[in-house]
Amino acid sequence: MKKTISRRTFGKITGAAAATSAIGLNACAGGKMAKARVVVIGGGFGGATAAKYVRKLDPSIDVTLIEPKKKFATCPFSNTVIAGMNDMEFISHGYDALRKNSGVNVVHDMVTAVDPAKKSLKLAGGGSIRYEKLIMSPGIDFKYGAVEGYSMEASLKAPHAWNGGPQTLLLRDQLHAMPDGGTFIMAPPPNPFRCPPGPYERVSLVAHYLKTNKPKSKILILDAKAKFSKQPLFMEGWNALYGDMIEWVSLDNGGKVIRVDTKSMSVETDFDTHKGDVINFIPAQKAAAIAHAAGVTDDSGWCPINGATFESKLQKDIHVIGDASIASPLPKSGFAANSEGKACAAAVVRALGGKDYGEPSMINTCYSLVAPDYGISVAMVYGFADGKITKVKGSGGVSPKGAAKSFRRDEARYARGWYASIASDIWG
Amino acid sequence: MRLPIFAVVLAGAVGMSLISGQATADSMNSTMLANPCAGCHGTDGKSKGGMPSIAGKSVRFISKALKDFRAGSRKGTVMQRIAKGYTDAQIDELAKYYSGK
Repeated sequence: MKKTISRRTFGKITGAAAATSAIGLNACAGGKMAKARVVVIGGGFGGATAAKYVRKLDPSIDVTLIEPKKKFATCPFSNTVIAGMNDMEFISHGYDALRKNSGVNVVHDMVTAVDPAKKSLKLAGGGSIRYEKLIMSPGIDFKYGAVEGYSMEASLKAPHAWNGGPQTLLLRDQLHAMPDGGTFIMAPPPNPFRCPPGPYERVSLVAHYLKTNKPKSKILILDAKAKFSKQPLFMEGWNALYGDMIEWVSLDNGGKVIRVDTKSMSVETDFDTHKGDVINFIPAQKAAAIAHAAGVTDDSGWCPINGATFESKLQKDIHVIGDASIASPLPKSGFAANSEGKACAAAVVRALGGKDYGEPSMINTCYSLVAPDYGISVAMVYGFADGKITKVKGSGGVSPKGAAKSFRRDEARYARGWYASIASDIWG
Repeated sequence: MRLPIFAVVLAGAVGMSLISGQATADSMNSTMLANPCAGCHGTDGKSKGGMPSIAGKSVRFISKALKDFRAGSRKGTVMQRIAKGYTDAQIDELAKYYSGK
């Protein structure tokens, strides 16, 4: 049997400052070595995963997760809430299990400032926290004002519903109050944005709701893009299920919205003004404000990272995962954030003197429901080569076109299975 | 966390980056390879919903299923596309990992 010593003993044996800093633990106080402290900002798909998996990979590491909300409402499956298939409870997740099962210290507060030089952060509720390693998974903010007439105030009349929560309920209530024969306008954002297939799944489930309840209604998609994720599969499903209820106006055909008027409930493109009974305008996006405040964003508004570790290219010992990061070719998806959280957790454990888990290996699978019993998916395996995150050649792709109904039904079932499993993998 | 004593001595002398030896690299990588699967199959392969649990299945079953998915001889929806992302050796690592859960 190999003789082993604990890290704590190692600290006592060597004593030397040089050796201690080599291992990345500089939290020595009065000769006693404090536990390495990892702080995670954001309790969504990326952050809660990273917090859980740092503890899972190395239970000796003290992990604090800072998240303002006591219950996190997910964007994935929020479209089923809007369509009336599920309630908010279904997409809401608390933090008790992370505390009890994983020993994560969850603090419900908002980080207002990060000082990368002092390796500390400030909380809205007062006080500050020091970190050895900071993992930021702050999500997105919206570029209010980028399109004339669309401010945060306007989002209370023409909801984006691109964060799970009150916006989800607002859009649901507007849809459910819409008269039969009304028009639902969806304006998807320009790239890059959170959840590339999301706007089109939303259109699908809104169409399902309208077909069932208000069949004379129309959906008009005014798109800032010339093409979209899983487009042939969505279009196949729309033709089969919803006939001519859905009209998609691409960028090339003048789909780009240049003005939103919530007084007259209309949107303008270069060519037309369209009136909507419900307007679901999804603005262009950027990394959340705290990422900008921490100095981890570049001119693009997103966070450049080292693909091997998810450490910021701009600030040492700050790692950025999830939608805020530039992790292309990984998409900005919940599944990708979950995978990134695990790869980042491994890199952080290693940097704090733990095991070496090798280069990142990640997966993304995005399910979309075209109808409650009609699912489609896109998947990919990701590795790391030549200093970059790469798609593993030969892997991945989308569901087959022209597949049997039973195939679509199976994927709808798996979409629900995915949600149950990933929610438990993150908050369970 | 516990480190082999020879590695600690080495690290004290020349830095921690040398701790990762070839001898243990495979088993370490299996964790990295396996963790993303939990996004569908649940933490440690214990599924909470409609996805199959893979924890505790035999090495032979998991390995054969993944290789058959990859070859297209086992029917599935998304697993054929995902299995194509792994080599034989990686599939065997994954099979061992989840069999042991």
